[in-house]
Amino acid sequence: MSLNYDQAIEKYEPTLGLEVHVELNTKSKMFCGCATEFGAKPNTQTCPVCLGLPGALPVVNKKAIESSILIGLALNCSIAPFSRFARKNYFYPDMPKNFQTSQYDEPICVNGFLDVEVVTDEGMKTFRIEIERVHMEEDTGKSLHVGGSTGRIHGAEYSLLDYNRAGIPLVEIVTKIVPGTGKYAPLVARGYVAALRDILRGLKVSDVKMEQGSLRCDVNLSLSKTGSGELGTRSETKNVNSLRSVERAVTGEVIRQANRLENSERIVQETRHFLEESGETRPGRSKEQAEDYRYFPEPDLVPVVPDAKWIEKLRKSLPEKPTDRRVRLQTAWGVPDKEMAAMVNAELLDTVEETVLLGADPTKARSWWLGEISRVANDKGVLPTELISIKDVAQVIALITSGELTDKLARQVVEGVIAGEGNPSDVINKRGLKVVSDDSQLMKAIEDSIAAQPETAERVRGGNIPAAGALIGAVMKATGGQADAVKVRELLLKHLGQ
Amino acid sequence: MAAALNNKEISAVELANQHYEQIAAVDKDVHAFLYLDKEGALAQAKVVDKKRAAGEKLSPLAGVPLALKDVMTQKGVPTTCGSKILEGWKPPYDSTVVSKLKNAGVIILGKTNMDEFAMGSSTENSAYGPTHNPWDLSRIPGGSGGGSSASLAAFEAPLAIGTDTGGSIRQPAAVTGTVGVKPTYGGVSRYGLVAFSSSLDQAGPCARTVLDTALLHQVIAGFDPKDSTSINQAVPDVVAAANKLDIKGMKIGVVKQLAGNGYQKGVENKFNEAVAELVKLGAEIVEVSCPNFEYALAAYYLIAPSECSSNLAKFDSMRFGLRVGDDGTKGAEEVMNLTRQAGFGREVKRRIILGTYALSSGYYDAYYGSAQKVRTLIKQDFDAAFTKCDVLVSPTAPTTAFKIGEKSNDPLAMYLNDIATIPVNMAGIGGMSLPCGLADEDNLPVGFQIMSPAMKDDRMYLVGGALEAALLSKWGKPILDFAPKLVGSK
Repeated sequence: MSLNYDQAIEKYEPTLGLEVHVELNTKSKMFCGCATEFGAKPNTQTCPVCLGLPGALPVVNKKAIESSILIGLALNCSIAPFSRFARKNYFYPDMPKNFQTSQYDEPICVNGFLDVEVVTDEGMKTFRIEIERVHMEEDTGKSLHVGGSTGRIHGAEYSLLDYNRAGIPLVEIVTKIVPGTGKYAPLVARGYVAALRDILRGLKVSDVKMEQGSLRCDVNLSLSKTGSGELGTRSETKNVNSLRSVERAVTGEVIRQANRLENSERIVQETRHFLEESGETRPGRSKEQAEDYRYFPEPDLVPVVPDAKWIEKLRKSLPEKPTDRRVRLQTAWGVPDKEMAAMVNAELLDTVEETVLLGADPTKARSWWLGEISRVANDKGVLPTELISIKDVAQVIALITSGELTDKLARQVVEGVIAGEGNPSDVINKRGLKVVSDDSQLMKAIEDSIAAQPETAERVRGGNIPAAGALIGAVMKATGGQADAVKVRELLLKHLGQ
Repeated sequence: MAAALNNKEISAVELANQHYEQIAAVDKDVHAFLYLDKEGALAQAKVVDKKRAAGEKLSPLAGVPLALKDVMTQKGVPTTCGSKILEGWKPPYDSTVVSKLKNAGVIILGKTNMDEFAMGSSTENSAYGPTHNPWDLSRIPGGSGGGSSASLAAFEAPLAIGTDTGGSIRQPAAVTGTVGVKPTYGGVSRYGLVAFSSSLDQAGPCARTVLDTALLHQVIAGFDPKDSTSINQAVPDVVAAANKLDIKGMKIGVVKQLAGNGYQKGVENKFNEAVAELVKLGAEIVEVSCPNFEYALAAYYLIAPSECSSNLAKFDSMRFGLRVGDDGTKGAEEVMNLTRQAGFGREVKRRIILGTYALSSGYYDAYYGSAQKVRTLIKQDFDAAFTKCDVLVSPTAPTTAFKIGEKSNDPLAMYLNDIATIPVNMAGIGGMSLPCGLADEDNLPVGFQIMSPAMKDDRMYLVGGALEAALLSKWGKPILDFAPKLVGSK
C-alpha cells in the first residue's frame, strides 16, 4: 500500500532548503563586455574571456555587484565589507575554463530573511524563511546533445556547444533549512519563490522569467518522522522551472520519500530531475561521495570591497517591499483578506493595480481579471494578460461605470476582444453593442411591456414593487439586452407612479 | 640601434632583415625561436619607416626588433607555450603587452622557446626541444625564458619579452650574461599572458643593457583595465633612473640567507666583487636577515602548482588546440583525457597532480593555506628589510649555467636553482638580474640580483645602471664580448 500526500504528511515532517539561481539582466556578462541577450544565434556573444581562451582575464561587472547588493538589502541581509570570488574546479565541456568563478566561503550578502504569506486552514499565515547567503557566480554554456532518443548525453551521436550563456551573471540565493512548514511545505516553497520573484522584479535586476531559465529553483527536501526532531537525508531536485512545478516537486518528493521510508528503504543523497508531465522526479547524480571542487580564492580578481556610502545609497533607492505594497493596496481598495490572497495567488496583483491606475474601479478590476478573464485563460492554458491587454480591460470597466455598457454587454465586448475582433471600441461598433440610453426609445419599450402585461402593471401601481421584474425583463428582451436594467427599472417605476 | 634608426643610418626593415640573417646563421645551434613571423615583422617595419620618413614623432624604440616569449598571445601568430597541447593554435587577440609593443612601433621578430607553460629552469621542458646557451652550446640557457635570453646573448634580437613566475626572466638573464627585469606584480598587464600561476606571473623586459631594459619597461608597463590585478598608478620613471648613475648614500641590503651553502664559489666571488663596486660608488652596505626565505621554495611549490592545476584545466581540446582520439566512438570526457595525456609533458603533469592534491578537501589548509601564510611572512621579511635599506641584493642564481641533461631527472635539484629569485615573486615586488662577471671556475656569466619595493622599480634601475657602468669601465668592454663567437655569427 502506498501513502498519498495527506497520509505521508501525517507521518513525516518535511524540511525544506531552497536554492534559487537568478540570471541578472545586466547588459554585459559577469566578467567581460559580451552582450547577454536571450535567444541570439549560438556563439555570437562570446569573446576570449568568456570562451576561456588562454591568456584572457576576467574583470568584474560593477553593475552585477550593484544588483547583488540590492538583492541582499531587499532580503534583509548584511552586506559583507569584504568578499571574494573563488574557483570551483570541475571538468565539463560547456564550462569554458573547467572551473566556475563563483563565491564560496566569502559571499557578498549573508544572514537575511524573507516573509512568505500562505493561506492556511486558519487564514493567512506568515512563514519567515531565513536566508543564509546571496552570492555571485557565472553561468555555464549550453550543451545540445544531438541524436539518440532522449536528448540526454547518453546515447547522443554528437553534442553542440553554445557559449552565449557562458559568463552571464548569476546570483544564487540560498536559504537556511526551513523546518516547521508541515503540510504547507509545497505552498511555502511556491510562495517563497513567488515572493522572491516579486522582489527581484521590483528591483528590476532580472527578467525573472522562469520559463526562459532566468530564475531557476533547486528544491532540497528531507523528511523526518513527525516529532522525532531528527533531520533526514535530503534530495536535491534541480532546475524546477515554474511556480507550479516548485509546488508539485515538493509534493512529489514528500510522497516519494515517505513511501521509501515506509518500506524501510534508504533515501539516497542525490540530485534529482523534475519531470513536468508526471510531477515526479527521477534520479540524477549521486552526492553520496561529496564532489571535491578544490575551491581556492580566484587569483585573477581582486576582492570585492564595496564602499559603505554606496551601500547606503543603494539601500535608500530600494523600492517598496512587496508585502508593504500589498498592505497598502488592500487598505486603499478595501479588499477582504481572502480576496486579496486570491489575487496574490493568481499572480494578478500587478495587473489589477495597473488597471486601477488607468482609472478603473478596484472592485470591478479585480472581479474582471479574477473572474471571466481568468476562467477563459485557464481554459486556454495562457496567462490572462496574454488574452487581453490591461488597457482594454480598463476601457471596458470605464464604459460600464459611465453606463454605456451593461455587465452583460461588457462580457460580449471582452469575448470579442479575446476573439481578436479588435479593441473594445471596434467590438462595440462591429457587434452594435451599445446600451440603449435614449429615453424615448426606452419609454416606448416600457409602454409596450405595460400594454402587454396590464395586470402586472396594475400590481406594481398597487405597491407590489418586486412584480416590476417581469416588466423589466420584457423591456430588456425587447431591446436585445442593450438597455441598462437599472435605468429601465427607474423609468418604469416612475412611469407607474412608484 | 634606436639612435641609428632615428638618424636614418639604417631603416627598420634593414634592421629586421639583419636580425633574421643572424637568426638564420645561428639559431640551428641555439634554437631560441619556435616561430618567426618574418612577413608580419617586415610589414610592421615598413610602416615604421614610412612614418619616420614622413617626420612623425615616434616612440624611442620604434623600429627596434624584439623576441617575444611564446607565452604571450599575438593575434594570428601561433602561440604554443612550449607545449604540444597548443600546437597550431593561433590566438584571435593581442595581449596587452603586444598591443603596447605594436603601438610603440617595436618589431616583433617571432616567438621564443620556453619550458612548457613556463615550468622549468632550463628550457629543457619545452616540447619542441631545448634551447642552447650561446656561451656554451652544451649548457642550458636558463628557464623558463631561455629562448628570450639566449636570443639576446646570440644577437638574434636586441630586446625580448619574458615572464617571471619564480625567476623565469632573471635566472635566464643571469646564465646568459644579459639583463632581465621582473617588474612589481601588477606593473605590467597579464592580459594575454597564458597563465601558469596567476598570483605570481609577471611579464617583463629583457635586453643587453640596463638602459635598453628600462626603455622597454617604459613601453610595456602601466595600468590595464582588462587586468583586475594591474596597479592603477603612474609607472615610475625607470629610464631616468637608469640614466642617473649616482647612488651615493643609498643603502643596499645584502640578504644573509641568500648565500653560503649551495652557492658556487665563483658566483659568490663575483657577487662580492660587485658589492665592493657599489661601495666604491658611495653606497652603504647593510646586512639584513630574512629568516622566512628558508620556506619560500616549499611554499612556492604548493602555490604555483595549485594555481596551475586550475589554470591548465581549460586545455581540454573543446575549443582550441590539440584534440586526440575524437574518432566518433568516444565521449567528450575520454577525448579530454586522451588529449591531456598526449598534450602535456612530464613536468606539467607533475605540477598539475601536485596542485590538485594540495587543493583537495582535507589537505587544503595544511598545504595551500600554510603556503599562503608563508607568503605573508616573506612579505613581512621584505617590509622589515626595506625599512633598513633602499634595495636588496643577492646572486640571481646559485650556480652558473649547468649542462643540458645534468638535472633533468632530478626535479628537486632543478627547483633549487630558483631559491634566490622566488621570494621576489612571493612578495610581488620588483627584481632585476644583470651580469656581474664570469665565474673563475667555468668562465660563465654570473647574475647579480637587485630587489626593490613594490612600485619602486626605478630603484633597481638606478642601482643597476650605476653598477653596470662601473663594471663596464672595469672590464673595458661589454660582457657579451667575452663570449665565444657562434659559428656563422655576423
